[in-house]
Amino acid sequence: MTSKHEMPILEARNISKSFGKFKALKDVSTRFMPGTLTAIIGPNGAGKSTFFNVLSGAFPPSSGEILFNGKNITGLAQHEFARIGISKSFQITNVFKQLTVHENVRVAAQMETSRYNFLTNAKHYPRPIELADQLLKRVNLEHLRNKKTGDLAHGQQRALEIAMALACNPSLLLLDEPTAGMSPEETLVMMELIRTLATERTVILVEHKMKLIMGLCERIIVLHHGEFLAEGTPTDIQNNAEVRRVYLGQG
Amino acid sequence: MIFPFLMPYEALAVNILIFGLFAMGFNLLFGYMGLLSFGHAAFLGIGGYLTGISIVHYSLPWGLAILIGVIGAAIGGLLMGFLATRTRGIYFSMVTLALGQIVYFIFYKAESLTGGENGLRGVRVDNFEIFGIPVDLLNPLAKYYVILFFVVLAIWLISRILNSPLGAVMEAIRENEKRAAACGYDVARTKLLVFILSAAICGLAGSLRALHLSIVPIDSLNYLQSGQAVMMSILGGMGTFFGPFVGAAVMLFLEDIVTGYTKHWMAVVGIVFMFFVLFFPKGIWGSILSKLHISQDSSQ
Repeated sequence: MTSKHEMPILEARNISKSFGKFKALKDVSTRFMPGTLTAIIGPNGAGKSTFFNVLSGAFPPSSGEILFNGKNITGLAQHEFARIGISKSFQITNVFKQLTVHENVRVAAQMETSRYNFLTNAKHYPRPIELADQLLKRVNLEHLRNKKTGDLAHGQQRALEIAMALACNPSLLLLDEPTAGMSPEETLVMMELIRTLATERTVILVEHKMKLIMGLCERIIVLHHGEFLAEGTPTDIQNNAEVRRVYLGQG
Repeated sequence: MIFPFLMPYEALAVNILIFGLFAMGFNLLFGYMGLLSFGHAAFLGIGGYLTGISIVHYSLPWGLAILIGVIGAAIGGLLMGFLATRTRGIYFSMVTLALGQIVYFIFYKAESLTGGENGLRGVRVDNFEIFGIPVDLLNPLAKYYVILFFVVLAIWLISRILNSPLGAVMEAIRENEKRAAACGYDVARTKLLVFILSAAICGLAGSLRALHLSIVPIDSLNYLQSGQAVMMSILGGMGTFFGPFVGAAVMLFLEDIVTGYTKHWMAVVGIVFMFFVLFFPKGIWGSILSKLHISQDSSQ
């Protein structure tokens, strides 16, 4: 699929994570190639979310290393992940509910240009404002621009969070169950959006709805009980006897 | 401008200006950033004492004395904020309360400079001039306009802060720290920056109070002053621009009227406060704004 000489955009080396005595991840290693769309799947309790959180910088692993474009980024803070180009959306929607829809994206978009400026009127920075408008258009929320975000429907808030994640123009986008709680129609729209996003940048998503990702992803990684179980193309995974036993067999 | 004539006497009007500014500076941190500090009396006190000491002991010009008060409060804010922003929720409030008490005892014990229990007396500025125009500070109305000038300047600064890029980030952090961090913002650092700005504004309120009273009472540093900032903000409407100012005006006006009848004015103010918390949780100003359907999160 990808040449062996190409450097992975993100590499996990022997990642383990313990919470007290509970080992959520045991020695997981894998690589993500630039420009690919990869899904991380596994039954409940497989360690998907923990793995996602380690890869996206929510917390560091107990042991192991994360390399971004060959550089060790293990232990960087969450905001530093965003600044080097790794952006994320959360499993439980996280938006700024009292702010307007446009302000939500503008805050995310102004991070590069005017982070700590407290004397200039924000209107004097046209770029974040324009970028926010473009991104709202992209996720079909431009008509709600001046609405209070807390008043939006769940699916719209999830779409908004994707726009916010895109605002820092990340080279790597991590999405934790992007369609969680969405209606079937909203899910279709979101899947289409993810498909186009993946043509521009590397996307990694955690998902447990198998059907959704089969037609979408180039590569699937399966975790089980915190351990690496298998990886391959959707067809490989569907035909993998072990995966069928632990995962597909249940659903 | 006509405000002093509506009040029973000018001193009350000046007091409302000063505590209105104090509450607005506090609200920057409380209402817009979501951090409840119980230590803001420290900045009212540091501003007042440093301005007073500069004038009484070092005979510095009043402008420089105010500047020293504001910068001193900002440095105090840096130290307190540095320690307090490492904690969250109730721990943040407790750390600020404890540090505020430490500041109280430092100034209380430094009697030779601060006058200790008696407060720092004799903060007098003779031949006060502003832009070359001599002002007689003993004339209450003249004093009112001088203080009004500084308060309006500070309020203008607060409105600039809230309309700046940082203003939106502050509210974003109040709404959702996780998301703000994922957007690339260093949450701890932003909190510290806002803490310092808030402390500097409260320090200015303290400096002006020293000029107003000609004395810096030790009660400036009392934790009750911190509590008063909280009450004023909630009464007027936390997270609204003028809410804390309105809250300060209502509280001080009530205090003034009720003390004429009974020394237990706190009980009356307390009942009024509870009434608003229970029935108008958005506060006086906040309720008016939402009746008028005006967006509450900016001064625009």
